[in-house]
Amino acid sequence: MITVRDLTVTFRAGNRLVPALRGVSLDVASGEVFGLVGESGSGKSTVLRVLAGLTRDWSGTLAIAGEPLGRRRTRAFHARVQMVFQDPYGSLHPRHTVDRALSEPLRIHRRAADRDARVLRALDDVGLDRSFRFRYPHQLSGGQRQRVAIARALILEPAVLLLDEPTSALDVSVQAEILNLLRRLRSERDLTMILVSHDLTVVGHMADRLAVMRHGQVVEEMPVDRLARGEPAHPYTRQLLRAAQGYDPATAEALLAEP
Amino acid sequence: MSESSPRAWLLAEAPASRHQAWLGRAYRSWRLFRRNPLAMAGLSVVLALLLLAVIGPWLAPHDPVAQILDRRLLPPGTPGNLLGTDELGRDILSRLLYGARITLTIVIMVAVLVAPLGLLVGTVAGYAGGWLDTVLMRLTDIFLAFPRLILALALVAALGPGIENAVIAIALTTWPPYARIARAETLTVRGSDFIAAARLQGASPIRLVVGHVMPLCTSSVIVRVTLDMAGIILTAAGLGFLGLGAQPPSPEWGAMVASGHGVLLDHWWVATMPGLAIFVVALGFNLLGDGLRDVLDPRAGQG
Repeated sequence: MITVRDLTVTFRAGNRLVPALRGVSLDVASGEVFGLVGESGSGKSTVLRVLAGLTRDWSGTLAIAGEPLGRRRTRAFHARVQMVFQDPYGSLHPRHTVDRALSEPLRIHRRAADRDARVLRALDDVGLDRSFRFRYPHQLSGGQRQRVAIARALILEPAVLLLDEPTSALDVSVQAEILNLLRRLRSERDLTMILVSHDLTVVGHMADRLAVMRHGQVVEEMPVDRLARGEPAHPYTRQLLRAAQGYDPATAEALLAEP
Repeated sequence: MSESSPRAWLLAEAPASRHQAWLGRAYRSWRLFRRNPLAMAGLSVVLALLLLAVIGPWLAPHDPVAQILDRRLLPPGTPGNLLGTDELGRDILSRLLYGARITLTIVIMVAVLVAPLGLLVGTVAGYAGGWLDTVLMRLTDIFLAFPRLILALALVAALGPGIENAVIAIALTTWPPYARIARAETLTVRGSDFIAAARLQGASPIRLVVGHVMPLCTSSVIVRVTLDMAGIILTAAGLGFLGLGAQPPSPEWGAMVASGHGVLLDHWWVATMPGLAIFVVALGFNLLGDGLRDVLDPRAGQG
């Protein structure tokens, strides 16, 4: 479904060139949930932003459902690939009601018929009461906002959903609700997802396969059950796994000692 | 305290329609605004100006341009001429009341010309970036480089004196700060996730600028326009004073001050009455602008 070949991205910071991605290649099958894990700055979010078309300076080959992607994305692309952002406090327009946020995609894609019904259905789908329809984001909690963001991403019925740390800004109890919601939506709609997270438990809960990234490269790719059995091959992944199990001075030392 | 039902409807946690949500938000802002007594004072002055501009001609005891030469330079308090008469025997109160309409016309016309222009230039420059940004902002800099009144003077001198030309001149010299403000606001929201999300939905640049960026810039532009109203009134009065704005016998307040300054020492009221009117209205707009800023710009207000 999604093919990424030799994706290279270099950011310019003043006069310095900072490589963000160095030849990343990935394959995500249709209907699969693919996890991308790694520490901050490993380039995992950059992969998503390039796929979504938000980062325009890249080289390599991208294809979704066999169609190669260029620098500029078409409207049809946006109807097929949608994204949920990390920070639900920043991803909703502060002056737009939930209704406006949800009906805007329909208006952009000229899906005029039964707009009201679709907005209501989208609210039902993400488990928000219909009374939320005309509220502003500042009247919603973080979890509710993230539900609105998910509803907005799904209202065009895309085939691919890109998730950029969708739960890391939320409370633990709300995290579980959002993850369960995403799992349910995935099974109902046969969505292909790429889930970016630094949280191995989240990825373990959601993903079928995952890739571990570090310094802009993929260090290891594996099915999620190998992670669950605690037997990843690459030493860095093992470190990450140990780090996820809790704070351990030896692991912290080892992580810090590495370049 | 009884909770009246329209109030409950406006403050409903779960509005049932687009309308109700919008009105509810407006009502909340109004409640915030109402708590500020100075802002309310400013609002009353501006509303009073509006009212006088509408009904002034019916209130005025005399014809504002009727010259009665044997009733020249009567002091305030003279029966029949409450605020006195000027050097041509015209009733100052009547002239002030008629002049409110002229002042308001100038203010509204400038605001209508300037705010959208500055907003458009600023948001487009800020959102597009690149060469368009450079071109638009350098153009803005050129206008900013001239002292406002001098440029207005030059324009009026070129176009010919009169209220319409004064308005055009003032508008042309006032828009650059709004463009700057709008651009700065645009730059702060441009990189935000909600703009990225809108772009991901396939929104066109026009939709993004008009529907997503502009609503976030309007409040600071509105505040700035309101605060500048005082300056606009003063510039208009200044042009009138120099004989380049409204032409005699039109009762424009600045022109009235100008005609009174020759007799200021002996007959102070001729220049002072219109001067006071300018002062009160300018102050009113300033107070209103301050109050609006507290309500519309949450970063500045509430401290």
